[in-house]
This record gives sequence, structure tokens and C-alpha cells, in this order.
Amino acid sequence: MSLRTPLSRAKGLGSAKDGVHHWWIERLTAVALVPLYIWFVWGLISHAGADYETVAAWIGSPVTAVLLVLLLAVTFHHAQLGMQVVYEDYIHTEWLKLTSIVLTKFIAYVLAAAGIFAVLRVAFGG
Amino acid sequence: MQTDKRPLSPHLQIYKLGWTGIPSILHRMTGVALTLGSVLLVYWLAAIASGPEAYATAQAIFGSIIGQIILFGFTFALYYHLCNGIRHLIWDAGYGLKIETVLRSARVVAIASVVLTVLTWLLVFIVGGA
Repeated sequence: MSLRTPLSRAKGLGSAKDGVHHWWIERLTAVALVPLYIWFVWGLISHAGADYETVAAWIGSPVTAVLLVLLLAVTFHHAQLGMQVVYEDYIHTEWLKLTSIVLTKFIAYVLAAAGIFAVLRVAFGG
Repeated sequence: MQTDKRPLSPHLQIYKLGWTGIPSILHRMTGVALTLGSVLLVYWLAAIASGPEAYATAQAIFGSIIGQIILFGFTFALYYHLCNGIRHLIWDAGYGLKIETVLRSARVVAIASVVLTVLTWLLVFIVGGA
């Protein structure tokens, strides 16, 4: 027996059984990004002032390329989750809120794909 | 019944944002700044993929005064969001939620992110020899 009203069920806005999914993935990606950024910032510092060949060799090396692909994918996933919460809190016009969320998600994945493609291109020397 | 004369809860702007409110809003602001700044990371990688000339152009842009200021701000935003993010993860695990601990960790995060930013740029200039 359900305690929910027929109207509530009909509207379909009740629990979809994934209430904490957004929250959990935001934390999971955050945990992953901590070591990834400590590694990446250290790599950038140690390549300060290096010439093109050295930097390209570093970016294209197997370990760096794999970690950078992960960093890009996780960064943009985390970013669009965070931006979604900001929009949900501050934009009160429904169509504008939805449009902002959808556009941000699309742009985030375009940027992630572009970044990953660039890293792979350096790695495979295309 | 007249309802518009009732005492209302003060609006957000009335409260003094101390070492609880400011770190919270700064976490959001740095998060948004990092999202916008991540375009620069993709641009930098795309420049490397495009070849030495495109990379030289990117380095010239990042090496300009405005470029350096943006990168310095980006570094602080990254360290702040990283340190305060760890603080949030500790809270999520159920620790450090006493008010005096919250106030102390807010100061630790603020000091750590400033120190790490300055240290990073010192190292960049030492390694880069600029």
C-alpha cells in the first residue's frame, strides 16, 4: 500500500530511487580529482620554461596521457555537476534554469572530448 | 487578516558572513571560476597538439601580464577549491563538525591555499628561470 496521493503518483515527481546519486558522484569525482591535480600541478611546475619538444614528450608519454585523459573526463563531469547545483539554487525561471543546465552539460562534454582528443593526438603523434 | 506586518526572518544580506559563510560562498565562486578556467586547459592541450607555432602563441598569451594574472588567480582558485573540498569530504565522513573545529579548519584552508599558491609560483619562477 502506498501512502502517496494519486495526484502525487500521477505527476511522477516522487522518488525516482536515485536521490543521492548526484551528491555521491560529485563526492566520488572530488576524491579522484585530489591526487590527479596534485600530480598535474607538480608536472606543470617541473616543466616550467621547458621548450615545445619537452612539453609535448611529457604530455604524450603513456603515464601522463592516461592520467590526463582521466583528469579531463573527471574534471568536466565534476564541473557540470557543480554548475547544475549553482543554477538550481540561483535561477528561479524554470526554462532558463533548464536551458542553462543542459547547455552547460553539453559544453562540458564537448570540452572534455576536445581535451582528450588533443592529448591522444600528442600521444599518437598524429 | 493582515499578514504583511508580521516579523520576518532577516534576509541573507542582513547576516554577517563570518568564517562559516565566506568559505562556503568562496567554494562556489572558485568552483565556477575553475569551470570557466578549464577552457584554458583544453586550449593549452589543443595548442600542444597543433604544433610548435600554436604552442608559442599559447605561451605568449599565458606569459603576458593579463595571462599571468589570470593564471595566478586560477592557481589560487584551484588550491582553495582543493583544500576546502577536502574539508567538505571530511565533513561528509562525519568528522570536524564541531563549531570551533569548523572555524579552525576554515582558517587552515585559507592559509594553506595562499601559501600553496605563492609556493607554486616561486617554484615556477625558480624552475623556469624567469
